Amino acid sequence: MLGLDRKDFILLLVVFALVVLAPFLLNPFPTNSAMAQFNAGYPDLMQRFVIFGIFAIGFNLLFGLTGYLSFGHAAFLGVGSYSAVWMFKLLSMSVVPAIIASVIASGIFALLIGYISLRRTGIYFSILTLAFAQMSFNLAYSVLTPITNGETGLQITLADPRILGVTATESGSIPVTNLLGAEMRSTYIMDVGTWAFQFNVGYYVCAAIMLLAFYVSVRIFRSPFGLMLRAIKANKTRLNYTGLNIRPYTLAVFVISGMYAGLAGGLMASMDPLAGAERMQWTASGEVVLMTILGGAGTLIGPVLGAGVIKYFENIFSKINSSVLESWFAFMPENMQHAAVYVSEHFVGPGWHLTLGLLFMLVVTFLPGGLVEGGQRLSRLFRRKPQKDAARDSTQSNPAE
Amino acid sequence: MDAIILQILNGLDKGSAYALIALGLTLIFGTLGVVNFAHGALFMIGAFIAVSVQKLLSLSYVTLDETRTDFLGNPVKVETPYVVEWFGPEVGATIIDWSVPIAILFAIPIMALVGYVMERGLIKHFYKRPHADQILVTFGLAIVLQEIIKHYYGANPIQTPAPDALQGSFDFGVLIGFDPNVIIYPYWRMVYFAFAALLIGSVFAFLQFTTFGMVVRAGMADRETVGLLGINIDKRFTFTFAMAAVVAGLAGVMYAPINSPNYHMGMDFLVLSFVVVVVGGMGSLPGAVAAGFLLGILESFASMNEIKSILPGIDQIIIYLVAIIILLARPRGLLGRKGVMEE
Repeated sequence: MLGLDRKDFILLLVVFALVVLAPFLLNPFPTNSAMAQFNAGYPDLMQRFVIFGIFAIGFNLLFGLTGYLSFGHAAFLGVGSYSAVWMFKLLSMSVVPAIIASVIASGIFALLIGYISLRRTGIYFSILTLAFAQMSFNLAYSVLTPITNGETGLQITLADPRILGVTATESGSIPVTNLLGAEMRSTYIMDVGTWAFQFNVGYYVCAAIMLLAFYVSVRIFRSPFGLMLRAIKANKTRLNYTGLNIRPYTLAVFVISGMYAGLAGGLMASMDPLAGAERMQWTASGEVVLMTILGGAGTLIGPVLGAGVIKYFENIFSKINSSVLESWFAFMPENMQHAAVYVSEHFVGPGWHLTLGLLFMLVVTFLPGGLVEGGQRLSRLFRRKPQKDAARDSTQSNPAE
Repeated sequence: MDAIILQILNGLDKGSAYALIALGLTLIFGTLGVVNFAHGALFMIGAFIAVSVQKLLSLSYVTLDETRTDFLGNPVKVETPYVVEWFGPEVGATIIDWSVPIAILFAIPIMALVGYVMERGLIKHFYKRPHADQILVTFGLAIVLQEIIKHYYGANPIQTPAPDALQGSFDFGVLIGFDPNVIIYPYWRMVYFAFAALLIGSVFAFLQFTTFGMVVRAGMADRETVGLLGINIDKRFTFTFAMAAVVAGLAGVMYAPINSPNYHMGMDFLVLSFVVVVVGGMGSLPGAVAAGFLLGILESFASMNEIKSILPGIDQIIIYLVAIIILLARPRGLLGRKGVMEE
């Protein structure tokens, strides 16, 4: 089906079902219950799930397949965001030209950076991409202010021309982003008993694009091109000796990966039409690395999983404060409760990054294959099938060189 | 001419910090073969040791002075630092005033311990893993350290003044025959440069002139053979790691008065220090030091108004630009040995 074998097709269907039914799945608790804070089924967060999913899928194409660790991928995301917002300013509030422009702009940018960075490999490649991204970030903050609006960030205003659209709505306010007239922010709320499920146009637009992006990445994984990329990861020297030039392959995948990042940036700007330089900072690049590794680099579903987990916990953990913790540990004797609250306080709220850092260290140390490998280990534990390796090899590539 | 000298001087203090961090990074890379993304965090911890020592030394107890009253008629609260109580007012005040240099004494054992624990607890398990894994796990560690500091010290920069005696500026121009007030240089930055030079010198001397240093250098060149000769090279390398941590920490302690410490200063310096290491040549100690000063000075030149008016924004990107050119034109770096990490 769709040029995929049975297994991949089932995987695609599962992802499709998860994404389409996300408003239900992420909203398992009634609105007024105490557990409602664990609901993630609201548009803003769901959009972030899929957008960062796209970003991570793209990063995984580069890192998972070829083993080139880019530490500057956020630059492409930033370029995508800026070009999308410029499209909203100049052309119209339709997201179609914005997304197309963001993909093209980031593709060209990636071609430029990739052409230079890919002359080196290993840690040098990481540092080169990092240097380029920091350069873009610094420039966006300072000299390129006419284009990027510096610290304030690029926003749409009432004075923008928007030659194909309207400068302002009839009521005199700034028009909102839309796809063929359907506003990105419009949300339909379905009340079922005490549950309130939210269906957001923007989310489904992002979800559709994410599914497409996922499909393309599956095809790349299974193509001769993907095989070549894995060969590069396995042994560059041997490929060179066979008379193959690896540069065109790495450059191609670098550009594709950059376009994915640009697409994510364009979608981000489409959901909320502003772009700031901080999206390009190297901590943002680090975040996508974390997502991919946490989920499982080199696997199909890993990056999506990692993006979802990190964004979910970021949101939930940030909301927990000491009074919530106190109510959780209320069953303990008072002294123990204070101690437990004191300890766990470090890990929630603003301390969420600490949890993330620790989690990440644990994953890199003990579970280099990420959550996907964890899942596989668990399932093997329960099944105890003799031909365990056959099942493993088909979904997971070899670990990094 | 005076402008050029001024910029060179201005570049020296930042260059010293780059050089010290890059020196540690290179030591770790050269000995253990590990790319340590948490090295900036060690620098930051050093700076926060200075903050803590300053806070600790000025810990006070409060007494009520009945003879004086404030505008509401209540007795005035008088805070007396414990050190003043213990050592008398003059010595006590001096101790508080000189808290940053005193912090060095605390920083050396603390940083050595931090380095030791880090190497034995974490880095040890990553010798055989690919560089990407090392980068990732130390990156995670850097986040953790940074967040811990942020939790206890807050997100805002904390002022950590230098001793009063070193607060002012020195008219450097008069010394070499310029008019007064043309080339002015703060005392503390001079101290920082001298300190950095001393520290770098002692690290080199240690490696060059002691038996221990000789073994470490031999281990850098050929680890296996040294091991076969019956020397426990792992132990020496752990010591080297601790030494690198101390160097980074001391760089941080002394940097605290120049730039108020905040929790992300480590990350800011780390990225630049990596660039410095690459420019100097991976695994080359003199290269790291030379490139550190060179890039520090280049950066301060690029921030001159004359240059900025020709090439706007150059001050923001000069270091990265140089790194890109070096990596493409001379991949082994300025002083890198041929064949070492040239890929």
